[in-house]
Amino acid sequence: MVAQSLVPAERREAMNEDLKDPILAIRNLKVAFATYDGVVEAVKGIDIDIGAGETVAIVGESGSGKSQTMMATMGLLAANGQAQGSIRYRGEELLGLPPKALNRYRGKTIAMIFQEPMTSLDPLFKIERQLIEPLMAHSGLSRSAARARAIELLTKVEIPNPAERIDSYPHEMSGGQRQRVMIAMALANKPDVLIADEPTTALDVTVQAHILELLRGLQHEFGMAIVFITHDLGIVRRFADRTYVMRQGVVVEQGDTGELFTKPRDAYTKMLIEAEPAGRKAPVPPDSAIVLSAQGMRVTFRQRRGLFGTDVRTVEAVKGIDLTVRRGETIGIVGESGSGKSTLGRAILGLVPADGAVRYDGALIHPTDRHAMRPLRRHLQLVFQDPYGSLSPRLTAGEIVTEGLLVHEPGISRAERDRRAAGAFEEVWLDPATRHRFPHEFSGGQRQRIAIARTMILKPTLVVLDEPTSALDRSVQKSIVELLRHLQTKYGLAYLFISHDLAVVRALSDEILVMKQGAVVERGTVDTIFTNARESYTRELIAAAFLDNPDGRSFT
Amino acid sequence: MLIYTLRRLASAVPTLFIIVTVAFFLVRFAPGGPFDMEQPVAPQVLENLKRAYSLDQPLFYQYLDYLGKLVRGDLGPSYSALDFTVGEMLMRGLPYSISLGFGALILAVFGGVTAGVVAALHQNSASDYSVMTVATVGVTVPNFVVGPLLQLVFGLMLGLLPLGGWGGGDLSHRILPTIALALPQMAVIARLTRGAMIEALRADHIRTLRANGLSNSIIITHALRGALLPVISYLGPAAAALVTGSVVIEKIFAIPGVGAYFVDGALNRDYTLVMGTVVMLAGFVVVFNLIVDLLYAALDPRVRYE
Amino acid sequence: MSDTALAPPGDTSASAGRSLATLAILRLRRNRAAVVSFIVLIAITLFCVVGPWLSHHAYDQVYRSYVGLPPSLSPYPAQNTLEDAMRGALDRARIGMRDFTISGSTFRVTLTSPNPIDPRNTRYIDRVDQFRDAKVVATEDGGKSLVVEGTVQRQLFLMGTDLAGRDLMTRIMVGGRVSLLVGLLATFVSLVIGVSYGAAAGFFGGRIDMVMMRVVDVLYSLPFVFFVILLVVYFGRDFVLIFVAIGAVEWLDMARITRGQTLALKRREFVEAAHALGVSELSILRRHIIPNLLGPVVVFMTLMVPKIILLESFLSFLGLGVQAPLTSWGVLIAEGANNIQNAPYLIIFPAIFFVSTLFALNFIGDGLRDALDPRDR
Repeated sequence: MVAQSLVPAERREAMNEDLKDPILAIRNLKVAFATYDGVVEAVKGIDIDIGAGETVAIVGESGSGKSQTMMATMGLLAANGQAQGSIRYRGEELLGLPPKALNRYRGKTIAMIFQEPMTSLDPLFKIERQLIEPLMAHSGLSRSAARARAIELLTKVEIPNPAERIDSYPHEMSGGQRQRVMIAMALANKPDVLIADEPTTALDVTVQAHILELLRGLQHEFGMAIVFITHDLGIVRRFADRTYVMRQGVVVEQGDTGELFTKPRDAYTKMLIEAEPAGRKAPVPPDSAIVLSAQGMRVTFRQRRGLFGTDVRTVEAVKGIDLTVRRGETIGIVGESGSGKSTLGRAILGLVPADGAVRYDGALIHPTDRHAMRPLRRHLQLVFQDPYGSLSPRLTAGEIVTEGLLVHEPGISRAERDRRAAGAFEEVWLDPATRHRFPHEFSGGQRQRIAIARTMILKPTLVVLDEPTSALDRSVQKSIVELLRHLQTKYGLAYLFISHDLAVVRALSDEILVMKQGAVVERGTVDTIFTNARESYTRELIAAAFLDNPDGRSFT
Repeated sequence: MLIYTLRRLASAVPTLFIIVTVAFFLVRFAPGGPFDMEQPVAPQVLENLKRAYSLDQPLFYQYLDYLGKLVRGDLGPSYSALDFTVGEMLMRGLPYSISLGFGALILAVFGGVTAGVVAALHQNSASDYSVMTVATVGVTVPNFVVGPLLQLVFGLMLGLLPLGGWGGGDLSHRILPTIALALPQMAVIARLTRGAMIEALRADHIRTLRANGLSNSIIITHALRGALLPVISYLGPAAAALVTGSVVIEKIFAIPGVGAYFVDGALNRDYTLVMGTVVMLAGFVVVFNLIVDLLYAALDPRVRYE
Repeated sequence: MSDTALAPPGDTSASAGRSLATLAILRLRRNRAAVVSFIVLIAITLFCVVGPWLSHHAYDQVYRSYVGLPPSLSPYPAQNTLEDAMRGALDRARIGMRDFTISGSTFRVTLTSPNPIDPRNTRYIDRVDQFRDAKVVATEDGGKSLVVEGTVQRQLFLMGTDLAGRDLMTRIMVGGRVSLLVGLLATFVSLVIGVSYGAAAGFFGGRIDMVMMRVVDVLYSLPFVFFVILLVVYFGRDFVLIFVAIGAVEWLDMARITRGQTLALKRREFVEAAHALGVSELSILRRHIIPNLLGPVVVFMTLMVPKIILLESFLSFLGLGVQAPLTSWGVLIAEGANNIQNAPYLIIFPAIFFVSTLFALNFIGDGLRDALDPRDR
């Protein structure tokens, strides 16, 4: 059974010793994809066992093959994907079954929920139909019996007013509610195994916590096994009995979750656990000069409608916010999506039209005209969340990094620009020889460094960091966080750090602003916010981030 | 729904108005006039003719006059086919064009959607490639090539079907022109459906259905409804064009529809006939777009609330 | 695409990067349909552009003796028709003949008449397409019979002649020149108008964009064939003006696409990043917007050329295209369609060239689109 696994045989034995009678047994599973640029092996011969009623986490970073393992189990691989090996459910081989035969298991004994609740439901049909179809197909219920059962299920997943809501369309529900509907659908036929593929990643943290609690409760009631596919160690630590750690298509370590976290054996597991941002920022001296201050920042978006755009609606995205940043200081701005935190950052840089006054180095820079603002731009910089979108695809990395020099130091020669580009690459720990490559030839973390180099080459005093680590894997995040810390101490930079990731914010900030619906609901030092928050919303946010509760990990 | 329909119709009025206005002045600024004959007409005769058709009035006055009559449904007299009003001419030709056009529309929609779905369900298989090859041929080869080729093969070489003429609406006379008319649209619809269907089958919510172990027929029902949306949007103008007669097909197959009116009218400077055809086409476009919007709203709940 | 055609994994150690354009060209080269289409298109273009100079026939040269000849690989005239042709030619001069012989490519004939024959009557022989260089070599009977020698003019009509007696192949070449040129020039016109209009609307955005696009919407709702026909009627059937007219109508799609792309690009973070760096609007347009617009515009252009060739031939079919004796593929197909019963080759040959060109252009366009946007299809 063991063919070409990258894990030594004796360790594989050890890994599987404890589970005698798994309901789902994956043996030597390999998944490969035929792509435009050759065959890519996503899963390279792994073994996974799921016992009845237990909670198992499969954790790994993007590209580790954790999702594809379960997609292969469900027969949901993309058309160019090919799986080999064995996947047995209660002794019966699933791999290689034609869809019709596979449908005796899918949705009946093994169910799955997905990461994207917004798109996982058919927008054109009422949720009623989507809920009763699996019931009618597998349990042979009549239409009316299925509807009654569907309402019952919606009650179980805590949808308010289920008898009415069952006739809604997906777009009439929030993301959290849609994920609840997805769960109801998955549980419709009382499965033995529920596979949850990053079920909460696309949701706001507070919603995430509710969904996880719901799943925990439902597991109690239904007694099914849950397989969590996740990159979030917080969830793993809190919910999983056992954990598999995957990396590049291989299971590098598996075992009891508590043991795995306290005594990780594999270097990669250790790195992952340590990659959770740790430490605190050294405080700034109280006499540190004020770099920037903003008073009464207010942003209103107008949406034009009608034949000639005469019907104007306004949405207030930022509702009058003040803030002050000192040299060397980091202000963390946290909040859920739509809270206006990114808009606030852009308003301060004068990138969106806003009301209010901004002073840089004592001089009024907002409101002011664009020409007066331009020379000051080099001191006030911005780094974006998405390292794929923020680099122009048709310029080389070197050209991207030196773009600001063309504006702010137009006099310098091409050779000097190139020399400075090389310097900036070294500054962000990138090989300067790679500066002639194009963005698509770099990884996500490397691109984010290029984006940072683009700002650093201008020697700024304040950098607005808009979710700079959110699109990156934890291990990459760690190095970006270290880079940002290093640059801050070296140059006394001031940061406005915008993030929904409280772990990173806690590790980097001096002061924190908690935003909700365009307003600051609470502000204070890191210690006050995290240990002694006044507002219930703040406390909810912190609780949902699983920072303070490394115990209580099991569902049962 | 009724209010929505009425509102949509009302919003078409400015569009129609602009079309009529642009068309009116474009036609009038073209050099030449309706009474330019091979032999120059005596100036006095010309004067009289112009007076009889109020062409001696200032242009703007004529424009207002035309609008006024249009609102009352009067399209005016034809300048080239004397003794006939434009309305009468259209009424005479439209039955042929509409009957042919609807046949082609039905053929194009059913043939195109079926072929597209089959191709999408068997992506990259032999049936997919053959459907797509035929569709590419259909899109690429214009109907003025297809028409004569059909005549050549089925009319002359095989002798199965008549070469042209209406034949009192006999089915055998309709087959070739209907196919020739439908083929390009069928090809476009097949390509559109295939693309939309492939996209739809890859959608996350289809993956949900698969994960729930639902049968292929349920999956296809879900995917097809989404895939039909772009097809329906495409159909509005296409249907209007089919129904208002194809000048090429009607010419090749000698069918007395309205297709040729426009070109003939433009060449003869028959102002009212040209205007009449434009108004007719615009009217059909408005009606078909409305039907499309209603269909779309029926299929997609998201647009009903906007 | 088959996996066997895949290139080996790229050498990522090279310090010079591979730009998106380089990658696109690599992908395009692997697309067999597109490569074949390129070759076909080049061949047809060469055939049309160079062909008329190499052809032995002028496109408007009328051979009265060879009206409606079917295609043939052997040259005309056929041996056994020559005597009749000679008799026919001399009948017009009311002159009799005897002793008609052919040796190689020369003929020898004796003209007879009750009265003395004017030697200038040999021009009647030269006047038919089969013979030339007729010379009197001997005078007999006091001028009542002349021995005439001359060359048999052998002509090759590979694709036959049309019903006016013109060589079809040469006409296809010249018609191809017109069709291709109209396609290219009209595309260029629509490109210039569409891209500048669309880019302006997208770049300025807001109210300007709204008004500009409302104008496009209204123009869209105009029946555009009507527009072209009116323009052609208005301007006259002038070759140059036809493509201006077509281009002036076809720019609408181009404008919409360009605007959509510009708006999408403006919202991309790298444009916002440039704003944050203080880069001026003009530099952003030049460095970030225009280079990223090129891909979709090129694809659209490739797909536009066949559309315009089709439109031109449609106009020609209606009799609104280029004027005789100049021709285009559309004109030739229309002529063929009218004579499909007695001379089907008249539609078959032009249609082959026309359809191959359209196919090739469509495949190249599709190939380019896939190469620039390589989501697996």
